[in-house]
Amino acid sequence: MTDSTFKRYALAGLLCVGVATPASAEVDFSGKTISWVIPFSETGGSAKWANFFAPLLSEALPGNPTVVVKFMPGAGSTKGANWFQHQKYVDGTLLFGTSGSTQFPYLLDDPRVRYEYKDWNPVMASGTGGVAYLNPEDGADFDGSANKLTDTDFIYGSQGATRLDLVPLLAWEMLGMKVEPVFGIKGRGDGRLMFERGEATIDYQTSSSFLKGSKELVDSGKATPMMTWGALDGDGNIVRDPTFPDMPSFKEVCEKTEGCETSGEVWDAWKAFFIAGFPSQKIAFLPAGTPQEVIDTYTAAFQKVADRPDFAEISAKRIGKYPLFIGEDAQAALNTAVSVPDEAKAYVKGWLKKSYGVDLK
Amino acid sequence: MEILATALPALNDAWNMILQPIVLGYLLLGVVMGLAVGVFPGLGGIAGLSLVLPFMFGMEPVLGLALMIGMVAVVPTSDTFASVLMGIPGSSASQATVLDGFPLAKKGEAARALSAAFAASLFGGLVGACFLTFFILIARPIVLSFGLPEMLMITILGLSMVATLAGRIPLKGVAAAGLGLMVGTIGEGDAGGSLRMSSYDVPYLIDGLKLVIVGLGIFAVPEIVSLLRQDRAIAKGASLGGGWFDGLRDWFRNIWLSFRCSLIGVVVGVVPGLGGSVVDWIAYGHTVQTTKDKSNFGKGEVRGVIGPESSNNAKEGGGLVPTLLFGIPGSGSMAIFIGAVALLGSGDIEVGPAMLDHNLDMTYSIVWLLALANVFGTIICIMASGGIAKLTTIRFTYLAPFLFMLICFAAFQSGQSFEDLLALFAIGVIGIFLRRFEWSRPAFLIGFVLSNPVEKFANQAFQIASFRFRKGFEQGIDYIFSPIVIVLIILTVLSVFFGIRQAKTIMAEGDVRSGSKRAPLVFLMIIAGYLVFALLNANAIPDYNMTDKIVPLVVGGVSLACCLVLLVQMMFRKETDALFADKEVYGEDADAPHGLWSTLGWLAGLIAATYFVGYILALLGFLVVFLRVRAGAGWLKTFLLTATGIAFMCFMAGVLNRDFPPGLLQGMVQLPWPIGGA
Repeated sequence: MTDSTFKRYALAGLLCVGVATPASAEVDFSGKTISWVIPFSETGGSAKWANFFAPLLSEALPGNPTVVVKFMPGAGSTKGANWFQHQKYVDGTLLFGTSGSTQFPYLLDDPRVRYEYKDWNPVMASGTGGVAYLNPEDGADFDGSANKLTDTDFIYGSQGATRLDLVPLLAWEMLGMKVEPVFGIKGRGDGRLMFERGEATIDYQTSSSFLKGSKELVDSGKATPMMTWGALDGDGNIVRDPTFPDMPSFKEVCEKTEGCETSGEVWDAWKAFFIAGFPSQKIAFLPAGTPQEVIDTYTAAFQKVADRPDFAEISAKRIGKYPLFIGEDAQAALNTAVSVPDEAKAYVKGWLKKSYGVDLK
Repeated sequence: MEILATALPALNDAWNMILQPIVLGYLLLGVVMGLAVGVFPGLGGIAGLSLVLPFMFGMEPVLGLALMIGMVAVVPTSDTFASVLMGIPGSSASQATVLDGFPLAKKGEAARALSAAFAASLFGGLVGACFLTFFILIARPIVLSFGLPEMLMITILGLSMVATLAGRIPLKGVAAAGLGLMVGTIGEGDAGGSLRMSSYDVPYLIDGLKLVIVGLGIFAVPEIVSLLRQDRAIAKGASLGGGWFDGLRDWFRNIWLSFRCSLIGVVVGVVPGLGGSVVDWIAYGHTVQTTKDKSNFGKGEVRGVIGPESSNNAKEGGGLVPTLLFGIPGSGSMAIFIGAVALLGSGDIEVGPAMLDHNLDMTYSIVWLLALANVFGTIICIMASGGIAKLTTIRFTYLAPFLFMLICFAAFQSGQSFEDLLALFAIGVIGIFLRRFEWSRPAFLIGFVLSNPVEKFANQAFQIASFRFRKGFEQGIDYIFSPIVIVLIILTVLSVFFGIRQAKTIMAEGDVRSGSKRAPLVFLMIIAGYLVFALLNANAIPDYNMTDKIVPLVVGGVSLACCLVLLVQMMFRKETDALFADKEVYGEDADAPHGLWSTLGWLAGLIAATYFVGYILALLGFLVVFLRVRAGAGWLKTFLLTATGIAFMCFMAGVLNRDFPPGLLQGMVQLPWPIGGA
């Protein structure tokens, strides 16, 4: 898949759109194929996300084009994002999807990053939440604060400190907990398995994975839920996660724990990366230079998807009960996701270097 | 009894669900599609599943499952065609099959090898399904008892098969495996993200080399080049002996071997995280160790086909356990499968721990749809094998250009960049020399395949063990030396012990004579040079990322030590010693009418032309020139064959939504598909 695929569609597009409807602002995708490129392999969460939306989007776009999801994995999604940076608008048949794993390297100035989020046009963003849980033995010491957990050594199966795992690792450290990450696992599912085998003693899962795999452990007494990362309200405050209204958020636990501050440099850094990694985790983009009417067409189509009477029901199971940001809201979500204050970046980079020897150069 | 009380009604429901004409129709459709995709090396189940994914949304669950399972189940069956007939390992499931399957095809017994392989596949699939039906109910605690030390030991058991396959000089086998391990560490370290033998300036290497490319380079390229140099048919004398019925008889005579290997397949497949990459090597090792007359292995021993093929279909069944019980995919295609199941129907079926409680009937449907798909697939394949085997009687010069076409396309699919083709060529050259100087290619491949698991499990198990030891000595010891680990250690020791004793009788590369000292010595020096360089490179990684450097340092050090010992031996031994084995001295290669470099040049030409004008235009030129110049075909024949080849490529790529490598030309001007590259 490469620019040449793109050119194949591009050329077809030039022939159809360029000739047939030059004057009209109506966008019609009849008989065309939309390529939705995902910079991950067929097996990840982003693939699931795009595969869920693809048929719905096909129904909602004018002319009911075929929407195919294509995969361009490599270099932790930076390969695909660098490729997308070079794509120019042709006829609106190219859509690109990013995830937190694309946003974090961008925020941390990873040397592989040659893309600029601000050039692209977001049309839809969706988020998730996360739940942390403990083994029952140590969980008995959890009283809404981490005060009694600071003397315990925990072990955690992690995909890498620069991935989404940055958010839980920093949170636990802020609570004064000693969590030792075992790096190199391939997905959060492997982390859960390590927890179930008793090798790891603390774990976190995104909301939908928690509901699918870990809730069973909680119900049978094999795990004690600790906290969610929370959710953002309209004003940018962290509130309880609507999917888990009975579980305290990290902010609440932090407030109750001695030595943990919910303001200041460290908190700001954590919050910035939380926002980039969770509430606006997955974003669909049109390439730079896309005309407004095409953006509007996609916005309307995603709105139509979100307005389906059965949307709440079908999406809850597949992508979780979180709001969909469309059009303007997607732009706003993107802005919060990529505008991390320089101090926060500097703090996190320093922390990664100090705690895990990670030097992104 | 309690288990039976839950299992039997659910099993009954499952059969009622499956045995409807429409369900069987969808299953058959999936099987046919899977066979069509599977004969194409390097694509496998992922390509097929991606193809049907758009239709899954809201589909009647049992129909969608039938379609997908039909497709996934038969890929390890149909890729046997490429591995037996052409020596091309289509997927990790067929690497061990190549070792004896392809020599059988060269003896003109392709149909026999194929039908023995298919019968074994079918049997393995059925044994797997029966086993799973009951095992799945009690599997959870058993699967959970396989922690990191256990997985590390299984991986090491897999590595110990190197002993059996090391060849006449054990040290050379160990060095080859070490080299494979080192090549496997190229790229970003899993744990700390340090770069090994790569840099951010060459992004291609950061992700490491892909198994498909290494498999094709090590096995397929050297065989294709060798046969092309000899300018004959694959089957010597272009005659076919041993029909498909002989293969069935061979399988039936070895039914116990087939049964044991099936069990190995299920059990190893059940352990999540291994992804089945070790299964066929363990099965192959077991086959060798339980065969009395070992002299035929590597030269066309039918048991060497039956063993791995029994295990690899059984493994698919075993792989369902982590997938269904824990929601953790055992392979790439299983990951897509999980995603697709969520799209089915109203999304009620959720793969994961709840599956057994809420959807036991559905679980059983999956298990038995898999078994049925194996039956359908095998029958179709056995019926086709007699005809397809005739391919091996065609003069190889007419097959080779199409094989080059296929392996380039397959390699490109793994990373979708031009560097894939360069990597294929580079590994191909390594493969050619490993073969020429009788360095064990299976050992190299085992090393490569197991490189990542060894490194990952060793690091993680070490970290958790030291964590336990800090809590108390006893806790640490209990963690490392669980009963399963102890059993695995005993198996490994036995396997190494017997393996080394047997290795001398297994000459995987046939009769290789020795000649002069110079060429084998130069090759050894080059390998030692690479190892030194890789060691220095690994040593430059800062110490706080010890997890990323320890394995390359240890493995590289051991391999280098082997090389140095070999070097000393070479200095003191006579040039007729087996140490100086060289295929260019005597035998088929030495007598071949065409030279090595001029033959390899054709592949280089295709790749170079692709760099400039893109794959399809390059292929057009390549086929015409090759058929005219090398094969000496008339214009009409050249035209027909070229047109067929290109049409086939375009059709497959078009249907599967796959792309062709673009060249510089495509970067400058926009061209219509398919010339435009995509």
